[in-house]
Amino acid sequence: MADLTDENIRHAHSDTTRRDFLMLTAGALGAVAVGATVWPFIDTMNPARDTLAASTTEVDLTPVAVGQRLTVAWRGKPVFIDHRTTAEIKTAREVDIAQLRDPQSDAERVKKPGWLVVVGVCTHLGCIPLGQKTGDDRGPFGGWFCPCHGSIYDTSGRIRQGPAPANLAVPPYEFTGNATIRIG
Amino acid sequence: MADVHRGSGSRIIRWIDHRLPFMAMMQHELYDYPTPRNLSYWWNFGSLAGIMLVIMIVTGVFLAMQYTPSASLAFDSVERIMRDVNYGWLNRYAHANGASMFFAILYIHMFRGLYYGSYKAPRELLWMLGVLILVLAIATAFMGYVLPWGQMSYWAATVITSLFSAIPLIGQGIVTFLWGGFTVGDPTLHRFYALHYLLPFIILAVVLLHLIALHRFGSNNPLGIDMKGPQDSIPFHPYYTIKDLFGLCVFLLIYAFFVFYAPNFLGSPDNYIPANPMQTPNHIVPEWYLLPYYAILRSITFSILGIPAKLLGVIFAFGSLFVLLIVPWLDTSSVRSSQFRPIYKWLFWVLVIDVLALGWVGANPPQGIVVTVGQIATLYFYVHFLILLPVLGKIERPRPLPSSIAAAVLGDAAGVAAPAAPMGRS
Repeated sequence: MADLTDENIRHAHSDTTRRDFLMLTAGALGAVAVGATVWPFIDTMNPARDTLAASTTEVDLTPVAVGQRLTVAWRGKPVFIDHRTTAEIKTAREVDIAQLRDPQSDAERVKKPGWLVVVGVCTHLGCIPLGQKTGDDRGPFGGWFCPCHGSIYDTSGRIRQGPAPANLAVPPYEFTGNATIRIG
Repeated sequence: MADVHRGSGSRIIRWIDHRLPFMAMMQHELYDYPTPRNLSYWWNFGSLAGIMLVIMIVTGVFLAMQYTPSASLAFDSVERIMRDVNYGWLNRYAHANGASMFFAILYIHMFRGLYYGSYKAPRELLWMLGVLILVLAIATAFMGYVLPWGQMSYWAATVITSLFSAIPLIGQGIVTFLWGGFTVGDPTLHRFYALHYLLPFIILAVVLLHLIALHRFGSNNPLGIDMKGPQDSIPFHPYYTIKDLFGLCVFLLIYAFFVFYAPNFLGSPDNYIPANPMQTPNHIVPEWYLLPYYAILRSITFSILGIPAKLLGVIFAFGSLFVLLIVPWLDTSSVRSSQFRPIYKWLFWVLVIDVLALGWVGANPPQGIVVTVGQIATLYFYVHFLILLPVLGKIERPRPLPSSIAAAVLGDAAGVAAPAAPMGRS
């Protein structure tokens, strides 16, 4: 047994007792146990392995002429591929970056100036902007126009007007040949 | 409680009831339950909502027996219900229009509560449970709307789940989690189906709590004063069972009109186009009962204090439900009924118009005058709850309250005779 020193007596009568300590540690371990039990259920809702596996897309760019736009599916969402004209590249590069909502230079957004590859999902609430088909309303900046809430993107896919907070995302991709890319 | 079971055929019931006092509870809560004698037809909507919930669960269970929650088969399985399943069309139309009816009832029920101050002490929790039912109903309806997997289903799911991407840092992760993938897709549809089946039963549980809280102090009434004695109340049965039944018949006529003569009037024709992840409809609109929230969401087109417009829109849209939740503490007046509140009475109707205006804004493309009206209406909605309600309680001079329900209802003769009873009791 503990000897009855002043120190021990003081501890025995203080507010923090051994029982409090046991309560706290048991409570903390209980919380960890609940968390560990709940997590597998929560995690079932995250993307499954087959969903994650279907995440690269190969695209042959040969048939896409200058000035033409192509939509391909990647991870179930549309990717816009724009074979830009020199005029479009020029207007995209002449913009004063400082005045953009999401400042990014055109060079940062492309691997080859002629090819713009962006995820065709409006960064506002996920609608698909117009501009891929001939005759679509491309908006005043010649890029894309989102019909849902009126966001307007330029020829570099950057947000210029409307409620969207960010530029159209650039997916991870690389040129696997002169005219083929792999997205993802 | 000895005389609870009348009639001769109740020996078995007595035997059971002694061990499981279910019949006694029903007797107490549905037959004898003392109810204010002056309830108007505005008090029908609680029981109507309960009946509508049961109709939704029954039609839903039978639809579930025919429906396939898979992205490739969902749309076709709904069309099969419409064309091949016996009475499938009736079941589906009853369910789809039933959702609209349920919300109409809920909204009338809630505006009734706002007009007659039903949320005031001691009924704060009763009101808050009601708001919780509304929130659960919105979640349930949203997920149910996704199940037919038409264009509106798909894009409503996309836009609404994308709201969560407004949350800083973790937003996109949350959205991926909600989707179970990188877009709304098969995993999303499956989980929405599972939750759409689960949530109504949770609503049912909350309804039970709502009823327990209601029966603790009994119904509020058009005068907003407490029952002070037996002369103020009448038993629930037969007086209000028959009144509720009559109201139910009138309601069912309206419901049946939509189901049989205008089954698609409240829906969007775009939802008969199968979901296409590669193309957004030109104009996305939610169902009518969500339009005001949608209008608030879109009305915030500017950032405040560095908080981006998108996040603010989400905050204000959800906030509209939150202010409803705390209404019992925002309203500082101790007088419940608007009948005795000369200024609030008018502000209530301005609020009704304001909410209708938000609905109109939500239904139209956000251009020109629509944006301005939306912003003014959003501002007024918050001004009403956060400024006018608290201030009005301090400055408004209420009209004198009647001495009792009986005195007000039966006129002066009873008013003179009645006071003896409650005084004797107190």
